[in-house]
Formats: sequence, C-alpha cells, structure tokens
Amino acid sequence: MTTPILSTQALKAFYGDAQALFGIDFELAESEVVAIIGANGAGKSTFLKALTGLVKASPNEVRWRGQAIGGQSAHEIVRLGLALVPEGRRLFPSLSVEENLLLGAQAQRSGPWNLARVQALFPILKEKRHLPATSLSGGQQQMVAIGRALMSNPEVLLCDELSLGLAPIVIREIYQALPQICAEGMGVVIVEQDVSLAQKISTRLYCFQEGRVTLQGPSAALTRDQISQAYFGI
Amino acid sequence: MDILIQGILLGSLYALFALGLSLMFGVMRLTNTAHGDFIILGAFGALGAMACGLSPWLSALLVLPMAWLVGYGLQKTVLNQTLGKDPVPSLVVTFGISIVIQNALLEIFSADPRSIDSGGLNTLSLNLGGDLSVGVLPVLILGLALCATLFLQWLFSSTAMGRAFRAVSDDPEIAALMGLNSKTVYAQATGLAFLLVALAGVLQGMRTTVSPADGPMLLLFSFEAVIMGGMGSFWGTLAGGLLLGMTQQLGFRWDPGWGIWCGHVVFLTLLVLKPQGLFPKTK
Repeated sequence: MTTPILSTQALKAFYGDAQALFGIDFELAESEVVAIIGANGAGKSTFLKALTGLVKASPNEVRWRGQAIGGQSAHEIVRLGLALVPEGRRLFPSLSVEENLLLGAQAQRSGPWNLARVQALFPILKEKRHLPATSLSGGQQQMVAIGRALMSNPEVLLCDELSLGLAPIVIREIYQALPQICAEGMGVVIVEQDVSLAQKISTRLYCFQEGRVTLQGPSAALTRDQISQAYFGI
Repeated sequence: MDILIQGILLGSLYALFALGLSLMFGVMRLTNTAHGDFIILGAFGALGAMACGLSPWLSALLVLPMAWLVGYGLQKTVLNQTLGKDPVPSLVVTFGISIVIQNALLEIFSADPRSIDSGGLNTLSLNLGGDLSVGVLPVLILGLALCATLFLQWLFSSTAMGRAFRAVSDDPEIAALMGLNSKTVYAQATGLAFLLVALAGVLQGMRTTVSPADGPMLLLFSFEAVIMGGMGSFWGTLAGGLLLGMTQQLGFRWDPGWGIWCGHVVFLTLLVLKPQGLFPKTK
C-alpha cells in the first residue's frame, strides 16, 4: 500500500492535565474524503487541532507523507498543504470578506485556488466583498471560512462542523460545493454531527468516542446499529 | 487664536508620543509602561551619536533604524514571552525596563536636562500676519504627526502588513492557521512603534529639553491622548493628542503652573463623561 498523505499513530492530546485524545490511529489517502463522527466531547475538534498544530503532539504521532510533523507550529504546517476550516468559522471581525479571503493566501502556496476562483464558487462573496466578514449571515460566513482555507491551496482540507448552527437548506447549499472542491484531487476530512450526511458524502468513516476510535470502515458498508453502538457506546 | 494654534502645535507632539503606544496596544494588547522612557532613550540616542561627532540631523536619522531594530529585538526576545491572557507579566516587565532605562541614562548622562541642537531650526519662526507667529520646528512636528497618522491609517487599511496586524489582533490562533507567525508580526509592530517613539523623542529633544527622569510624565501624556481619542483609529489618537495640547496650553495661559494640571482635569472629565473616548471602536 502507498504511504497515506496524512496519518496519525497513537495520537494523544492534552488540555493542561486533562487528556482529550487517547491514542488515535488515522489514515487519509490522496484525494480521499473521510468523515469523522462522534458526540460532543468525543475529541473530534481536538483531533483536527492536533493535526494542524494548534494542540501540541509528539513528532511521530502525526505524519505528512510519512514525515513526522507532530509538534510543528500551526503557521509551518499550513505551508505543507494542510488547511482547517475551524469550528464556529472564526472569521476575522475587523477584516472585510475579501480581506479574510486574501489572508488565507498568506501561506503562499501555488495551485488552482485564487480569489477569482473562490468568488466563482461562492458568487455571494464577490457581491459582499467589502462588507465586514462578521456582518454576513451564518451560511455566508461559512462560505468565507471555506474560501479562506481554499486560498492556501491545500492538499488536504479539514472541515470542522460546517453545519453547526445553520439551517438545513443552507447546509445543503454548502455541501453542494464539496464536489467542486474535491474535483482537483484534494483530500478532505469532514467532522460532522449529522451521521447520515457524513455517511453520504464520505468514502470512509471514523467514529470517535471519548478520545478513542470506536469504529471505522467504508461509509456505505456500516450499518445503523454498528454506528449507534460506536457513537453512544451502548 | 494664538492659544489654539500653540495648543495644536504642542498637541501634535503628544500625538506622535501616543501613536506608538496606540499601535502596540491595538495589535497585541500590550501596555508598554516603559513607553515614555523609550521616548527619552530615543532623544539620548541622538545625543550620544552627536557626542561621537555626528551632525544632529545625521544622528536623528541614524536613531530611527536603530529604534526599529531595538523594538523588533525586544519584542522577539523579551516581550513575546510576557504576552497572554494575563496582562500583569507584561506590565511588570515593561515597568522594570522603565527603571533600568532611567537609571542607565542617569548613570551615563547625569540628571542635567539636555537639548538636541537642531541647527537653529528651533528659533526660526513664520509670521502668519498680524502679531501671530509660529515656530518652524513645531510646524514641522505637526506635519510629521499628520504624515505619521496618515501613514499608519493607510498601512492598516490597505496593505498586507496591516491586514496581518489586524488579523493577529483579532485572533492569533486562526492567524497562525493562515500561516502568520504572530510573534514575528508582533515584532514588526513593535519595531514600527519604536521607530515612531524615537522620532518623537528626537523632536522632543529639539523642541525643549530632555532629562532621564522625564519618561513617566511623557507616558502619562501618551496614555491620556490614546484614551481620550478612543481605540477606534489613529485619527482618534491624533485628536486626543491635539485636545490634550490645547487644554494644557489654555491652562498655561491662565497660570503657568496649571497647564499640565488642566490637561489632567479635562482627561478625567472626559473619562467620566465618555469612557470610550472620542472615536470609539465601532463594531
């Protein structure tokens, strides 16, 4: 088997004295779409933070194309080609929509994504480009957050709860953009609370519970019983 | 009329003092209690270079890049370690630096007030018609204060560097995800602030006299200008500085001993009536 683009071995993470991850083994192949599901506090967001360097990990616990990158700073890891759409969007309030997007290009990686391409994907961002980013609606803000991450031309895009706090119709609109994003061969990791949505959009699925992987496999092959057992631990 | 003009000219120097403080607080929420002492250090830096035989203007020019380097280095090595949710470490460390600077200057230059020779510029004046005349140096300072404010406002609103400053100020964690090293961005901001500080110090030394113990007073003026102006923009800081200068000048006219006191009273009154300052941040 070829080396996965992104993998973790026995990844542990802590917030002070509290341990949040208890040895996560994870793999993502090139151009693969993988979903991570789990209840609140299962460690999904912490896992993405550990991948991107926002939460510290030991060097060998996180590997990028086989190379140990755990413990590197967030501003170095993004240059490798790993971008995060953070939970709750976290746009820069004192920057306009366009400035938020331009800041995403700070990592200066070359590739297919630029301002015009992101604005073509989400036309509303062109229309509202001069408005303060946080004046937009929740769905539009999520588009800015996705566009901002794409601007760094990542090889792997991590999305943390894109549907959080959004209306179902808006969620559908956001996820409709996903095939266009994946068309370039980008790997995608999606953390999602909505289990059936996660199953539908991904090829493989991981289920986290209390900082451990309780289930993994091809999304289509997993049954509802298997998932609910892994999800709730009953 | 004369008082107002003199007040604006004095206030423009205060505005220059305050811009650096406003910049550092705005980008990294760092309150530099050694700010006034760095202004004095800038002036003495120029005096030191002159003592080595350099001309006053060359010394002043030499001090500016030096100040940028000192600011950048200080932020990288010391101040970055003090930043965090708790403001106390940075206050204590800059307070300590303030004491070190004051005593080092006292040791090297003695307590005597000194002045930077501006080659006669400080005695030249312009006649504005009638019995109204203004000094050339104060007018130059006003021009520099306006330029500095315009420049900072442009830098923050229209350049990639300004965008980075605002982004790390908003959310350093997410800024790191975008590839910004907040510690380097902070160092750039402090470098820029120190460049302004040194410029203000040299001008202060040319306009009047500086002595090693003057720092805390200048810090107070800078604070008053920043707070009266509000944190909304650098124009607010400029307005705060001008307002402070005008009220002090009015006080001086009333009684030479009461000028600075008048400034403090107006500051306190404004703080009670409009604690957000004249131009508060609108979000």
